[in-house]
Amino acid sequence: MTRLMPSITAEAGAGLRPRISIALAFLFLAIALLPVADLNVAGHDPWAELGRMATGLLSPDFAAIGYLSYTAALTVAFAICGVAVGAGAGFLLTPLYHILPIRLFCVAIRSIHELFWAILLMQITGLSATTGILAIAIPYAGIFAKVFSEYLDEADPRPVRSIPARTDVISAFSYARLPLVLQEFGTYTLYRLECALRSSAVLGFVGLPTLGFQLDTFFKQGMYGAVAAVLIIYYLLIATMRLWMRWPLAPLYLLASIGFLASLQTPPMAAGMLRRFLTYDIVPAPLRNGDLSQTETWQRFGEWLHMLTFDQALPGLAATMIVAQLALVLAGIVALIGFPLILPLIVGRAGAWAGHIGLVIGRSTPEYMLAYVLLQIFGPSMLPAILALGLHNGAIIAHLMGHQSRHLSKDLRPDAPKGINLYAWEVLPRIYGNFLALCFYRWEIIVRESAILGLLGVSTMGYYIGTAIQELRTDRAIFLLLVTMIVTMVIDVISKRCRTSLGLDGLSSHASTNRC
Amino acid sequence: MLHLDGETLAYGKTVVLSDVDFHLRPGERVVLLGRSGSGKSTLLNAAYARLVTQMPGNVALVPQENGLVPQLSVFHNTYMGRLDQHSAAYNLLNLIWPLASQRNRVDQVLQDVGLAGMARKPVVSLSGGQKQRTALARAIHRGGHILIGDEPVSAVDERHAAQLIQTLADRFETMLLALHDIALTRQIATRIVGIKNGRLIIDRPAAEVSDDALDALYHR
Repeated sequence: MTRLMPSITAEAGAGLRPRISIALAFLFLAIALLPVADLNVAGHDPWAELGRMATGLLSPDFAAIGYLSYTAALTVAFAICGVAVGAGAGFLLTPLYHILPIRLFCVAIRSIHELFWAILLMQITGLSATTGILAIAIPYAGIFAKVFSEYLDEADPRPVRSIPARTDVISAFSYARLPLVLQEFGTYTLYRLECALRSSAVLGFVGLPTLGFQLDTFFKQGMYGAVAAVLIIYYLLIATMRLWMRWPLAPLYLLASIGFLASLQTPPMAAGMLRRFLTYDIVPAPLRNGDLSQTETWQRFGEWLHMLTFDQALPGLAATMIVAQLALVLAGIVALIGFPLILPLIVGRAGAWAGHIGLVIGRSTPEYMLAYVLLQIFGPSMLPAILALGLHNGAIIAHLMGHQSRHLSKDLRPDAPKGINLYAWEVLPRIYGNFLALCFYRWEIIVRESAILGLLGVSTMGYYIGTAIQELRTDRAIFLLLVTMIVTMVIDVISKRCRTSLGLDGLSSHASTNRC
Repeated sequence: MLHLDGETLAYGKTVVLSDVDFHLRPGERVVLLGRSGSGKSTLLNAAYARLVTQMPGNVALVPQENGLVPQLSVFHNTYMGRLDQHSAAYNLLNLIWPLASQRNRVDQVLQDVGLAGMARKPVVSLSGGQKQRTALARAIHRGGHILIGDEPVSAVDERHAAQLIQTLADRFETMLLALHDIALTRQIATRIVGIKNGRLIIDRPAAEVSDDALDALYHR
C-alpha cells in the first residue's frame, strides 16, 4: 500500500467522544445560525422557472456548435497555459519552500481565489489572455509549491545520502531526489489540469471568453437548450480529459494553446497600467488624494478604514461565515448520505455505479456554476450559495471517503450485517475519523468559496469586492481581499489545531486534501 | 587515517556505543561483527562521516538498504557514484542522454559485479541481489582507496558473495565492512572488531581471533 493512502485501520488513539462532540458542536452552531441566515426564496415562482429550465435542459440545442467548440478550445487553452506557468513557477519555488517568507507568500497567493485574481488582473491587463492565464497560474503556483515540496519531504532520503558528498545541488537534486517523485508530480499536475479546466470555465463569468461566458449569456437570454449544450460540452471535456491528455503530447498541446491564445483579439489597454495600478489604484483613496504630512489626511484615512471595516468587511465576513458554516454542515450530511451510495457492499454493483455518476457530476460542476444555476431558480439569497457549496463539497468528501475505504471489504467479518446496519455499525465507525479530517480540510476551502460566491450577488465578501471593482475603487477591493485572506488563513490554523487535537492529522494526505 | 578515541556514538538521542576506541589504518580490511542492532551501522556511519570530511574524493560507500533510486536505470544509479566529478550540465546531459563514453565505463563495472547487459534496466525491476550488485557497482565506479560497506553482499548467495567481496578487495586498498557471515569474514578480514552490549569487545588481527570468541558475540 502506498503512503498516499492512509490505511483506515491505522486510525489510532484519540477518544471517540471528542470526535462526536466536535461534529455536534458544528451542527448546533449551524442550527443556531439558521434564523439569521437569509434563506428566502425570491418572490417569483421558482418552480415555473425550474420547469422551463428542465424542459430546456432535456432538449439540448447545439445550434451554436461552431462557436461553442471554439469556446471549449479556448477553455482548454487557458487551463493548459495556466497550469504550465503555475507548475513551472511552483516547481522553481519548491527548493525555497522551507524559507518562512516564501512559504507565507505561497500561502497568501493561493488563499485568493482565481476569480478574485481575474478581476484584479483585469485592472492591469484587461480582458486578455494574460489575465486568464495568470488568474489560474498565480494561485496554482502557490499550491504546486506546497504539494511538490511535501512530496519531496516524504521521498526516500537514503539515495541522496549515498551519493558523493561534494556533488553539486543540481546534480544531487536531479539524480537522487527528483526521479523519486517525478511520477507523483506528473499525476498531481494532471489532476490540477482537471481543476484548471473548471477554473478556466468559471473565468467566463467575469468576462473571459470561456465556457462560463457562454453559459452566462445563454442563461440571461433564457436559452436553456443552449445552456444544456454548454454543460454537456463541459462535462465531456472533463470526463474525457484523461483520454486526450497524454504526457508525450503535453508539449504539443502547450504550443498549440500558446498559439491559440496569442491569436485572441483583446481590447487594448492603455500603456503603463501596471505602474498606475501599483502606485495609484491600490493606494487608499484618502492617502492618494491628500497631503501625507497633514493630520487631516490621516484622519480621513481613519474614517475610510472605519467605514470599510464596519460597513463592508464585517457584514461581508459575517455573511461569509454564516454561508460557510451552514454549507460545511450540509456538505457533511451530503457526504454521509452520498458515501454509502458508492459502496457496492451496501447498494450493490449497479447502485454503486449510479452513485458514482451522481458524485462525479456533483464534484465536477464548479461550485460557482452550481450556485449560478441555483440562483436563477431561487433568486438571490444565501440559499443557492449554501446548497451549491454543500452539494459540491459533500460530493468531494464522499468520493474521497469511498477512495479511502476501497479495501474495506477485506476487513469485514464474514457474518457482518447487511445494508444500513452494515453502514452504521461496521463502515461508518471505521471511516468516521477520515470523514472528520476531510471536513476540516474542506472548511477553509468552503470559507474561501463562500467569499467568492458574493460575486454572484450573495452578500458575502465577494459582493463587496466585486462592487468596489465595478466602481473602480481598487483600493477598497484590495483591503477587503486582505481581510478575506487573513480570515481563510485563521480558519486554516483553527482547522489544523482541531485536527491535531483530535488525532486526525495522519488520516488524509495532501493528495486528497489539495483538491479543487 | 581514522581515529576514534573514547568517543560516544549515538543514533538520534539514544547512545548506541560508548567509549569507542577505534582506528583504521591504510591497507587494513576491517570487518565488524555483532548481533543485529549491536551498533555496527552506527560505527560505520560515524566512520564514513569522519572520513568523508577528511578526504571527500577518496571514500566509497555501500549503505544499508543500498540507497538506490528505483525509478532510474542501473546505468544511472552506477553513474551516480561519480556525480561530484562532473559539472551539473554534464550530469544533466547524462541523465537525459547517457553518452557512449560513460556507458562504456559503467558497462565494465557492471561486468565486474555480474550485471553485464543490465545497464538499461530500471532498478525497480531488479531482484534484491541485483539491486545490491548495483549498489556495489556504484561504489566501484566511485573508486577511491577506502570502502565503507554495511552488509554489502547480504542479498546474494554464498558463492557469489565470496566472489564479489574479492572483487571489492581488489578494488579498494582499505575496507571497513559490517558482515554477518563468519566464513566470509575469515576470507577477507585482516582485522576483526566484535561488538557486544554497546562495546567493542574484540579488536585484533583476524588470525588471532578464535572461532569461539566469534561465537560468543552472538550469544547472550
